[in-house]
Amino acid sequence: MAGSNPNAKPMNLTLNVWRQPSPKAQGKIVEYQVKDISPEMSFLEMLDVLNEDLLHKGEDPVAFDHDCREGICGSCDLFINGRSHGPEKGTTTCQLHMRKFSDGDTITIEPWRANSFPINKDLSVDRSAFDRIIQAGGYVSVNTGGAPDGNEIPIPKDIADRAFEAATCIGCGACVAACKNASAMLFVSAKVSQLALLPQGDVERKTRVENMVAQMDIEGFGACSNIGSCAAECPVGISLENIAILNREFLTAKATSNNLA
Amino acid sequence: MSWISKTFSSSIGRKIVMSLTGLFLCTFLVVHLVGNLQLFKHDGGTAFNVYSHFMGTNPIIRTIEWGLVLGFGFHIYEALMLTRRNQGARPQKYVANHSEQNSEWTSRNMGILGSLILIFLIVHLYNFFWRARFGGLDKIGGTDVETRDYDNLYMAVVSSFHVWWYVLLYVAAQFSLGYHLWHGFGSGFQTLGLNHRKYTPLIKAVGYGFAVVVSAAFAAMPLYFFLFTDDNGQLTSAVSPLVHSLTLALK
Ligand code: HEM
Ligand code: SF4
Ligand code: FES
Repeated sequence: MAGSNPNAKPMNLTLNVWRQPSPKAQGKIVEYQVKDISPEMSFLEMLDVLNEDLLHKGEDPVAFDHDCREGICGSCDLFINGRSHGPEKGTTTCQLHMRKFSDGDTITIEPWRANSFPINKDLSVDRSAFDRIIQAGGYVSVNTGGAPDGNEIPIPKDIADRAFEAATCIGCGACVAACKNASAMLFVSAKVSQLALLPQGDVERKTRVENMVAQMDIEGFGACSNIGSCAAECPVGISLENIAILNREFLTAKATSNNLA
Repeated sequence: MSWISKTFSSSIGRKIVMSLTGLFLCTFLVVHLVGNLQLFKHDGGTAFNVYSHFMGTNPIIRTIEWGLVLGFGFHIYEALMLTRRNQGARPQKYVANHSEQNSEWTSRNMGILGSLILIFLIVHLYNFFWRARFGGLDKIGGTDVETRDYDNLYMAVVSSFHVWWYVLLYVAAQFSLGYHLWHGFGSGFQTLGLNHRKYTPLIKAVGYGFAVVVSAAFAAMPLYFFLFTDDNGQLTSAVSPLVHSLTLALK
């Protein structure tokens, strides 16, 4: 294999995997052995190996979410050895490699656990609560028509950079998974501050934050205790400063919007 | 009115009340601490008793006292409401969870720390505040017509702080308070949206200092009486020369 490391020794691992046949069913941890895992495999490829073994044995493969496998879609929601996306900082599960583990390790793999993220099956969870929060206000309304010129609206570089940082949220839910309160504040704050920083977001600024926070509460996510597990586990490094911006936006909107309801 | 009730029943609204009341309670701690430092004055408790008489009778102080009751009341009420919401958000726990690798212990245990403070508060209020306000304390007595009818709260403090389990409770409670403030002080600013890359490191540092100084100073009071004074609050002969030279050196 091109670029492969000839010194990389294959590993044998014990996996403790959460198995749950359906959303309402009782789940449990089931132990599996996987053999000859290359340290260069990604974590998801290791699970592919496990599933192939299970298929050959005529057993039900483990359901887990994944899509792009390149760290941008946010699908690969696995809680590995007690951490969102596993032990490595700033990575999604698909970008976590088996070289972070050692031969003989036992790895516990669970789904995101939050009342607002119901389990579909095994490790796969339903994160559509995030979609409903975005639908409540995480957008800007624009007129369709001829494509506008680039840079038509001037935005200072440092503002553009900060908005871009907030915009890098991939909606993975690692923040909710890591938070003791299963709070979605980091996710919501990333979108609210991204759009609050930009002139395009100004039109819907107050209704956006009011509606998104209301939806977040309806979905049943917890409140923020400023613990910081979210930001520590976020694969793209969304910072707690965004939550402060969210709180400011929320207070200002509640105090000054024309919405009496 | 519904936008108001919606604001204050939202998760962020509740946290804002939590933070405002929490920071208000911090200012109370400063006043309480500074006043109580008079316990360390070697005057047989006169200054402390005059001060506590003033605090117990001055109409302005008595009015502010209601603010304090409300502050504690709302802080505890919101703590309950938020804790209930937060626990409901994760009904099923993880089999393996290593949150110690991504956050501080104090920040995850504010409810436990707060509850310990509350238990202490009940005992503390019963022992000093209740007896001072509703009777049960000896008068100072003596010849000074101005002060002889004042409650002798000082002697109540001295005798309480010679009971070992009482001293232990007080010191343990100050650990809870210290850890509560270690996270709470900075957290309160963050909740209000007061986060700025220029000032947040300073706010946090001040918070850590505040937590340590306030809890250590409060803890010093029972320890001082238990270790260094006799039943009348006089320094025992073993330490009195030491303290004397120390006070001289400080002067
Ligand atoms: C002198 C006493 C107290 C002071 C100075 C104090 C101060 C604070 C401060 C400044 C915060 C941070 C607020 C924020 O995160 O925005 C806080 C949070 C908290 N306090 Fe207190 N507190 C006191 C007593 C109590 C008591 C008696 C309880 C409960 C019975 C309590 C329960 C809590 C809880 C649960 C939080 C965290 C709320 C959350 O972030 O979800 N506190 N406190
Ligand atoms: S804030 Fe970070 S952890 Fe949370 S959803 Fe966005 S990318 Fe994932
Ligand atoms: S599968 Fe898309 S981010 Fe991991």
